[in-house]
Amino acid sequence: MTLSVNDVKRIADLACIETSESEAQATLGQLADIFKLIETMQVVDTSSVEPMSHAQDVVQRLREDKITESDQRDLYQSVAPQTEAGLYLVPKVIE
Amino acid sequence: MQWEIVIGIETHAQLTTQSKIFSGSSIAYGAKPNTQANTVDLALPGVLPVLNKGAVERAIKLGLSVGAKINSPSIFARKNYFYPDLPKGYQISQYELPIVEGGCIKIQTGETEKTIHLTRAHLEEDAGKSLHEDFQGMSGIDLNRAGTPLLEIVTEPDMRSSTEAVVYAKTLHSLVRWIGICDGNMQEGSFRCDANVSVRPKGSETLGTRCEIKNLNSFRFLEKAIDFEARRQIEILEDGGSIRQETRLYDANKDETRSMRSKEDANDYRYFPDPDLLPLEIAESWVNQLNDALPELPEARRSRYMTDFGLSAYDATVLTSAREIAEYFENTLERLPGQAKLCANWIMGEISGRLNKDDTEITACPISPTQLAALLSRISDGTISGKAAKIVFESMWNGELDQNADAIIEAKGLKQISDDGAIEKMVDEVLAANAQQVADYRNGKEKAFNSLVGQVMKATKGKANPMQVNEILKKKLQT
Repeated sequence: MTLSVNDVKRIADLACIETSESEAQATLGQLADIFKLIETMQVVDTSSVEPMSHAQDVVQRLREDKITESDQRDLYQSVAPQTEAGLYLVPKVIE
Repeated sequence: MQWEIVIGIETHAQLTTQSKIFSGSSIAYGAKPNTQANTVDLALPGVLPVLNKGAVERAIKLGLSVGAKINSPSIFARKNYFYPDLPKGYQISQYELPIVEGGCIKIQTGETEKTIHLTRAHLEEDAGKSLHEDFQGMSGIDLNRAGTPLLEIVTEPDMRSSTEAVVYAKTLHSLVRWIGICDGNMQEGSFRCDANVSVRPKGSETLGTRCEIKNLNSFRFLEKAIDFEARRQIEILEDGGSIRQETRLYDANKDETRSMRSKEDANDYRYFPDPDLLPLEIAESWVNQLNDALPELPEARRSRYMTDFGLSAYDATVLTSAREIAEYFENTLERLPGQAKLCANWIMGEISGRLNKDDTEITACPISPTQLAALLSRISDGTISGKAAKIVFESMWNGELDQNADAIIEAKGLKQISDDGAIEKMVDEVLAANAQQVADYRNGKEKAFNSLVGQVMKATKGKANPMQVNEILKKKLQT
């Protein structure tokens, strides 16, 4: 699969990542290398291998449904750039 | 051309846990902003999610009650998108191997039963809340809701009208409350529906292009939004246009749906298994244990009410619309064996009417099943008439005389006159005073009979047992 610099810009746009012309060019080269790597891996026959969802062969442990946290808003908000009325303030985003 | 509407529904049911799905913060509604948001909910660096057993348990219960497959292992995935009320930059959800797969829900429209198949139900976390007003150029973020456990329940495109969609949503709503996994509070957003709507020429097998209508937080809006959307799509197609796959929002004030975003510029969510969470294995013994503890389900109870008590499909459906109503009905009936229809009528009529009027639930009903049964037994044994019973009911509702039906009947002098001798005496008097009507009746005028019954009832101030009056009057007129 070959990628164009426009593809890179489109993907960056969808992922909300700002990219300059030179960054897009550099990323194009890196992505092309990654595609080559994937192509190499795809040669391997994996039809009889069960896909795994995690690198470690262990299962999820569960916690009891209990409230273990108390209100520490003041502490957490002490490192926030801007807060008001208990809310974290961010540049306006409306979808 | 005749069109067929095709509808699938996705429901987000907020689970009734104490704490969040991946952290130990409370999920109680209405707390001050960000007082229930800890380091995991804020997505501070280095934190790890730990799965809440209570959330998994509730998902399994839903799966069991709809006859679905419980997947083990089940996998959590990251759904990536950018929005400030999602501080991690991804929502933990499930993509491949959701916890619940398949299953079905039977719905009853009128006397017709239909099966709605479920595709899947998966666990995920809710996002926070953005407040856009009040802060010049800024948005305020409250992360109390971030991490609240949700079960998203997805149907196949099995519904064919807005009515069916509403009945499905109501049936699911009643089921999740029945098994206690969701409180169903739609105002607080605990039960939210999205509808996927498409239309196709009647008889066609291929599905049309669908639009998804988001966040319908009442059954009425669900119905209206689907009706509007189907009309919109049909108009476009009849004008020779084509439908664009998109997400639409329903505006209740204008009663219309409008485009939110099209599929072409939609986010690519880049789902992938969350490396912070391991595969979830669910032991068969756990599933069995939950299955044993499951209450008798509404559908089973509904058919039992029909076969065991001879109730109609409608009565049985209403009485099993909530577990509390069914319990109330059974507790009343237990004290009044064999009078299922009488109990049903009073619970669905007087009781539910008064509860509606007072805007309260059956759990807060001032009249207990025992007290109601005591009242109803006085109707069935002929002590009072149905009309008098309503007066007694009103007094009981208002807490008079310790809600003792017999005491109220006594105090208000509502006892029916069931003494044959007393009624005969009245009948004789009425017959003597109404010779003309007696003659009319004997000449074949049936109406004259009713008039004579009325006269007797009037003479007894409505207290005579009407059945007895009928009988005695008939006997006397025949001689």
